Amino acid sequence: MSTLWRVADVVSGTPETETARTIGLRVDGLMGNLAGQHIDIRLTADDGYTAVRSYSVATAGMDELLEITVDELTNGEVSPYLVRHLAVGDRLEIRGPVGGWFVWRPANPNPVQLIAGGSGVVPLMSMIRAHEASPNPSPFRLLYSLKSPEAAFYREELFILGRESPKLTVDYVYTRAVPPGWPTAAKRLSAETLLAKILPAEDTPDFFICGQTVFVETVAEWLVQAGYPAASIRTERFGGTGGTP
Amino acid sequence: MGIISSGFHGRRQTGNPALPPGQHETADFPVLTAGPAPDIPIQDWEFFIVTEQGRRQVWSWDAFMALPQVEIRTDIHCVTSWSKLGTTWRGVSLDTLFEEVETSSEFTTAHSYGGYTTNVPLQDLLDGHAWVAWEFDGHPLERAHGGPARLLVPHLYFWKSAKWINGIELTQDDVPGFWESNGYHMYGDPWREERYS
Repeated sequence: MSTLWRVADVVSGTPETETARTIGLRVDGLMGNLAGQHIDIRLTADDGYTAVRSYSVATAGMDELLEITVDELTNGEVSPYLVRHLAVGDRLEIRGPVGGWFVWRPANPNPVQLIAGGSGVVPLMSMIRAHEASPNPSPFRLLYSLKSPEAAFYREELFILGRESPKLTVDYVYTRAVPPGWPTAAKRLSAETLLAKILPAEDTPDFFICGQTVFVETVAEWLVQAGYPAASIRTERFGGTGGTP
Repeated sequence: MGIISSGFHGRRQTGNPALPPGQHETADFPVLTAGPAPDIPIQDWEFFIVTEQGRRQVWSWDAFMALPQVEIRTDIHCVTSWSKLGTTWRGVSLDTLFEEVETSSEFTTAHSYGGYTTNVPLQDLLDGHAWVAWEFDGHPLERAHGGPARLLVPHLYFWKSAKWINGIELTQDDVPGFWESNGYHMYGDPWREERYS
């Protein structure tokens, strides 16, 4: 793990939604990252002013390439630049990847339940990709809570994986608008819906939950009340306040 | 100077001398924890200090509340780069809690309900540097923020201010706690940007 700033080349920029984009970075000497880790990004203005923010890595590899997906925050300082201005061929500085807790390791034999609120899907996607690339046969299940179909990250990849992977199940909960023909109306995630769409306690799953603070707090609380051991639940939060499930 | 991002202007908060390097000010109070928040009823809550000799002092909630309470006004700095300036807390100074503790240890491990641990050198807990706080901005500390009570060591990154504090163990060696075993710095001075190990 390195705490030094390193130079990254921007090698790709792909829109995910109206407000989010995936940015591919190549970092000289990077030896890959664990699934679930984050990097710090430092931007420097022409007078030397700097701003640093943390972003989850969406990929999990063993080489010099990684991808982050950045959602533009209203009034954000760094995210609008990354989403709207940064161009392929630009360079920026990164630190990391860092983090040893909210990570999934391919040697983990337990079934895994991932629960994402909005852009909290990013580190969970890195776990899904690492799991798919590994011979690890344990089942993964993703519950992805999002406002509308248009807000989904990695839409095509998750659709294909959900249909074809023998070891991944993907469930969606839409809180504002549903796709055409969806069997239920848009509504907030409830404890009942949650518990109906996750691995049962007898499977002793490991949980990774990522989203806004209130979403993560609420979901973790429901899981504990439903009898899942607190020690099996790992959480990561972003953003300030707001965002009930 | 690093790589310049043309067209990036930023918000210029670093002009504020209260902000350590790499930090930005937030008006919110974000939450950083590793798992679910434990639920600790006041009647079951206790706070202990155990020495390297195994001598143990324990306070119930009532005994703890009977100790001298002080108001603390301080800035807090999270390793995830937000800082919150001018926060107000109420609690008990660690100097008060350590009054009758005899030890030759230089290190401590703070233990929380739920199993969280973090290591803090003893001298960073004493001489008016640290408190066990139970009130934030005039209200009882919310569970998400560490209630009923949390350690408050505001001169270090905020992961050292263990939520849901249960007690302090004095140790012979500097033993890495939870985040310190997961890539974060053993000491965590925000002014020296000691974020990662």
